[in-house]
Amino acid sequence: MVDRRRVLQHLGGVGGVAASGLWPRGGAAQQKPPLTSGLPDGVYDSAILDVLPGKKPLIKLSYRPPNYETPASYFGDAITPNDAFFVRYHLAGIPAEIDAQAWRLKIGGEGAASPLELTLADLEGGFEQVEVTAVCQCAGNRRGLSTPHVAGVEWGLGAMGNAVWRGVRVKDVLAKAGLKKEAIELVANGADGPVLDKTPDFVKSIPVWKALDENTIIAHRMNGQKLPHFNGFPARLIVPGWTGTYWMKHLTSLEAVTKPFEGFWMKSAYRIPIGKFPVVQHFASQMTEANEPITEMVVNSLIASPADNQQVRRGTPIELRGVAWDAGYGIRRVEVSLDGGSSWQSATLGPDLGRFAFRGWTHRFTPQAAGKQVILAKASNAIGQTQAESLIFNPAGYHNNVVRPLTLVVA
Amino acid sequence: MRLFCAAFALATLVAARADADEQPIALLDAPGHDAVENNCAACHSLDYVRTNAKFLDRKAWQAEFDKMSKVFGADITAQDGLAIVDYLTKNYGTGG
Repeated sequence: MVDRRRVLQHLGGVGGVAASGLWPRGGAAQQKPPLTSGLPDGVYDSAILDVLPGKKPLIKLSYRPPNYETPASYFGDAITPNDAFFVRYHLAGIPAEIDAQAWRLKIGGEGAASPLELTLADLEGGFEQVEVTAVCQCAGNRRGLSTPHVAGVEWGLGAMGNAVWRGVRVKDVLAKAGLKKEAIELVANGADGPVLDKTPDFVKSIPVWKALDENTIIAHRMNGQKLPHFNGFPARLIVPGWTGTYWMKHLTSLEAVTKPFEGFWMKSAYRIPIGKFPVVQHFASQMTEANEPITEMVVNSLIASPADNQQVRRGTPIELRGVAWDAGYGIRRVEVSLDGGSSWQSATLGPDLGRFAFRGWTHRFTPQAAGKQVILAKASNAIGQTQAESLIFNPAGYHNNVVRPLTLVVA
Repeated sequence: MRLFCAAFALATLVAARADADEQPIALLDAPGHDAVENNCAACHSLDYVRTNAKFLDRKAWQAEFDKMSKVFGADITAQDGLAIVDYLTKNYGTGG
């Protein structure tokens, strides 16, 4: 539940204007967005709070294609509201709306013996309905915090969210489509596409073993509601534990293939150097000697509140709130340091919403001394992984899970 | 015909959204500015330029340009290409 105090906090000083949905655009509306420190100067110069249809004010990094991140204050709750969920597109050919009646999902490819076409009604009623609570995090979340900075969408902390996804298992749909044993990858495409014909369409593949995982689903509901348009209405792929790049929005086709898919967004984009990151799940048919596709997320955490550089009162108890997440091995521990990393204590973990979900955590303490107090949070998971002490640099700025300081101004 | 109508409706809706909501992104007025606006803005808003500043050197901006031109298929004249990379390096990069 989001209480009123926190709602007001999310709205910042804007209050009634945003609540009524009449967000004035242009100069007067350009309320300073809540940006973390360490981003490129150009982000502070350019990013604004802006409203996409059906969304709350989010941090706009680019209009077209739309790339909007969720203000960090929302992560004081372990479930991210649909209207605050981040938006990420690569290419600007996005349908203004999708007619749910006319929408079709084609299942086929040379690795499927009985290709089929599904309507939304088929998806909602033709298969067993399942739910998974899972974090969708852009592979490039925190790219803007890379040192040195690297080119791309300069995400801060909010290119992520956690929702309850409801839909059908991909394995059930593939069973109906007669998946052949020769199939090695499942290729997913969505209704969005490029502006120019020559630009490679955004198409992704996942290994068949991941597609057949019982947690991999085609979702038509998000937190009990239809998917927001900008989060993939009417249906998207949910690949729990893996970065958002595989979670194809506005899903229109799934093709089982018997050879590695050769598209630009697999072969050239979303690649990480071999051996640099503690990754368990690899995408074998897409690996080379030098690099491999990014797959699962690395263990990470966030302090959602108080905000960075917030003033707090000496002698008055405050509560730190945040989330921790990993690739589905399960968060075991969140430790908090109140003295810049010299000593650590265990935070209190919130309810377990499932191994792919955000794990909420809280920690209460009373600031004792006036001045700046540096707070750190560090998560560890069930297979002994913990956050990086220093950045593992890579050219695309992926997998940034460095323990991150937050400063409180105690007065 | 039906297909045409659908395509036309889609095009106008997309355009309508861009017109209604996308605010112009002002870039610094300097030589090469028009080449950037005339070529880059066809596929993406120019806040991509403003947010990616100022840390890319000439080589890195050239690599971004080459990606757009060679991989994404933007049809940009050689003359405009030189002007764009020079503009981005000097105004939104490290200068050299």
